[in-house]
Amino acid sequence: MTMTETAKADPRAAGETPLVELKDISIAFGGVQAVDGVSIDLHPGEVVGLLGHNGAGKSTLIKILSGAYRMDSGEIRINGQKAEIHSPRDARRYNIETIYQTLALADNLDAASNLFLGREITTALGFVDDAKQEAETRKIMARLNPNFRKLNEPVSALSGGQRQSVAIARAVYFNAKILIMDEPTAALGVHETAMVADLIKELKAQGLGIFLISHDTREMMELCDRVSVMKNGQLVGTERVEDVTEDDILSMIILGKNPKREPA
Amino acid sequence: MSDAHANPIPSTAKDDRPAPKAPAKSFLSQLEIDLRLLGMVGAFVLVCIVFNVLTDGRFLTPRNIFNLTIQTVSVAIMATGMVFIIVTRHIDLSVGALLATASAVMAMMQTRWLPDTLGLPLGHAALPWLAILAGLLAGTLIGAFQGWLVGYLTIPAFIVTLGGLLIWRNVAWYLTNGQTIGPLDETFQAFGGINGTLGATGSWIFGLIAAAAAVLALLSARRSKAAHGFPVKPIWAEAVLIGIAVVAILGFVALLNAYEVPTRVLERDFAARGLEMPEGTTASYGIPYSVLVLIAVAVVMTVIARKTRLGRYIFATGGNPDAAELSGINTRFLTVKVFAILGALVAISAVVASARLTNHSNDIGTLDELRVIAAAVIGGTALSGGIGTIYGAILGALIMQSLQSGMAMVGVDAPLQNIVVGTVLVAAVLIDIIYRRRVGGK
Ligand SMILES: Nc1ncnc2c1ncn2[C@@H]1O[C@H](COP(=O)(O)OP(=O)(O)OP(=O)(O)O)[C@@H](O)[C@H]1O
Ligand SMILES: [Mg+2]
Repeated sequence: MTMTETAKADPRAAGETPLVELKDISIAFGGVQAVDGVSIDLHPGEVVGLLGHNGAGKSTLIKILSGAYRMDSGEIRINGQKAEIHSPRDARRYNIETIYQTLALADNLDAASNLFLGREITTALGFVDDAKQEAETRKIMARLNPNFRKLNEPVSALSGGQRQSVAIARAVYFNAKILIMDEPTAALGVHETAMVADLIKELKAQGLGIFLISHDTREMMELCDRVSVMKNGQLVGTERVEDVTEDDILSMIILGKNPKREPA
Repeated sequence: MSDAHANPIPSTAKDDRPAPKAPAKSFLSQLEIDLRLLGMVGAFVLVCIVFNVLTDGRFLTPRNIFNLTIQTVSVAIMATGMVFIIVTRHIDLSVGALLATASAVMAMMQTRWLPDTLGLPLGHAALPWLAILAGLLAGTLIGAFQGWLVGYLTIPAFIVTLGGLLIWRNVAWYLTNGQTIGPLDETFQAFGGINGTLGATGSWIFGLIAAAAAVLALLSARRSKAAHGFPVKPIWAEAVLIGIAVVAILGFVALLNAYEVPTRVLERDFAARGLEMPEGTTASYGIPYSVLVLIAVAVVMTVIARKTRLGRYIFATGGNPDAAELSGINTRFLTVKVFAILGALVAISAVVASARLTNHSNDIGTLDELRVIAAAVIGGTALSGGIGTIYGAILGALIMQSLQSGMAMVGVDAPLQNIVVGTVLVAAVLIDIIYRRRVGGK
């Protein structure tokens, strides 16, 4: 897929600088070309969905943005400026927060320690302020998941959904401008999924840009402004959700062709 | 110093339901004492009682407790560092050999190198301190180097330190040309145990200060919890804990103070100062300096583990290295730090161990790697990483040393002693696994 087509697919008014531009990103693991020349962008207050088969390269692509992997080639621009993201720490400096598919929690630590991992609140003497961290954790959890009570237990003692809410809390607690959510609702029940959907809408209303990965096409049609479909590491296409039907997206995922652009 | 300007979090919850009523708690859970700690203390008490019966009361005499204490110090100091290593999913097999190298450096420094190069006469006040400094530096640098091989060059710690086990033992040999170096400086020897103690008054003063510090620490933890509106233990539970801490500290001091310096040693001391010993003079040994060193190490290591970012990162990395990395933790440099800390502690142990022997010998620290690892593991450090406590490792070292010297007193021959210690190690890990399965978690 070429860049011109991606640009054409982007319906945004000319002149507005995208929050994030991923340009011609490629990365290979050994022989596997996990991401192959993919370009997508994200605007403030926009939710862009990433769809595709297992192994299509979705997680790998966003891990490049979150600093977990280093791309082989390509360019990342944040607010129009070329961004150097070589580590998760770099990504945090650009206010990029990520909820990883694997949740990336330290099982042996409690919710507060996980929430603040790498960004501990410290006292004047430089010691970790556990009481303050716990208080902050209580505050945010009361809003995200009011049933959450196991604050002093290692997160290994939590259910999948509770662990997910810790990961989500960590991503939204800090001053995120760009939020990456890799299958945030995979482990959640109906009620919790609805809560995450509400959360996404509200964060979007606050002007965050969100990359959302999910296999639930219907959910994606509801939450996203645009969806990008990947197959075998390549971008099949990016479309505004109002321009396509669920069937169009499914056929993009399955056939790897964009019915809107390439006549069948 | 966090710059957490929290996003205004949208409220997705309609109501804040009141917390469910807490179920009636048992006496122990109200005290909030770690069950594992209780189990280890129980095991230790059991060992003591059994040997005391078998030895007709000779095991729990002040003299034997004093000896047990000073024999435990060296391994216990290293075990606290081994906790960090094992928590981060590594291992260090080189500590015994590294102890020999550090000991050799310090012995050579104070007896040969410094006197030869700086012209300091033997017995000069600066010698022991410069020697200790050099030993600390050597231990820390070698530890950091091994950590670098593990963290940055990704050679498994098992291999790096297995190589280290061979290398450092024999580097020590070359440093000393295979000779026993001694006697060591008198001030230096004061760190060995019996040759340097606080005496009765000093020990009581120390005990009172330590007890006061413990009370303050417990109360300030409570205050900080209360300040944030968290539930705190009932007052009586807090009082019981404070009582236990104070009694334990002062009881320990009383025990060590009960061990009196034999009359002939006192006479010799007085004679050395050209004095006549007054009739009926008694003196207590009190707390050995080496034990003070261990206490200081234990406090510092516990603070690092619980209260600093470094400690948090050590445990996070052990629990989930990928998550730690994704949270922006430099796990490679962390590995260097952890090995460097153990290296420094090994050097401190080398001071204590060589001072106790009053000289440096080639075989110093032999098999210590196994004792140290066993102490950490018996103390509840999980080899799968992420779990371990400093106090556990010290208790583990104490339990092992009690077993060993208890069996020696009973007259168990050496081969059987080792068989028992080996069995206890395996059994302790089994019990730990079963315990963890019961309480849930990994
Ligand atoms: N660290 C890695 N080392 C080697 N290969 C990898 C690595 N990470 C991903 N891959 C490969 O890259 C490809 C893309 O994987 P990726 O995890 O990005 O897929 P995905 O689209 O997120 O799939 P899913 O829907 O299952 O989460 C796969 O073929 C995978 O095997
Ligand atoms: Mg994925």
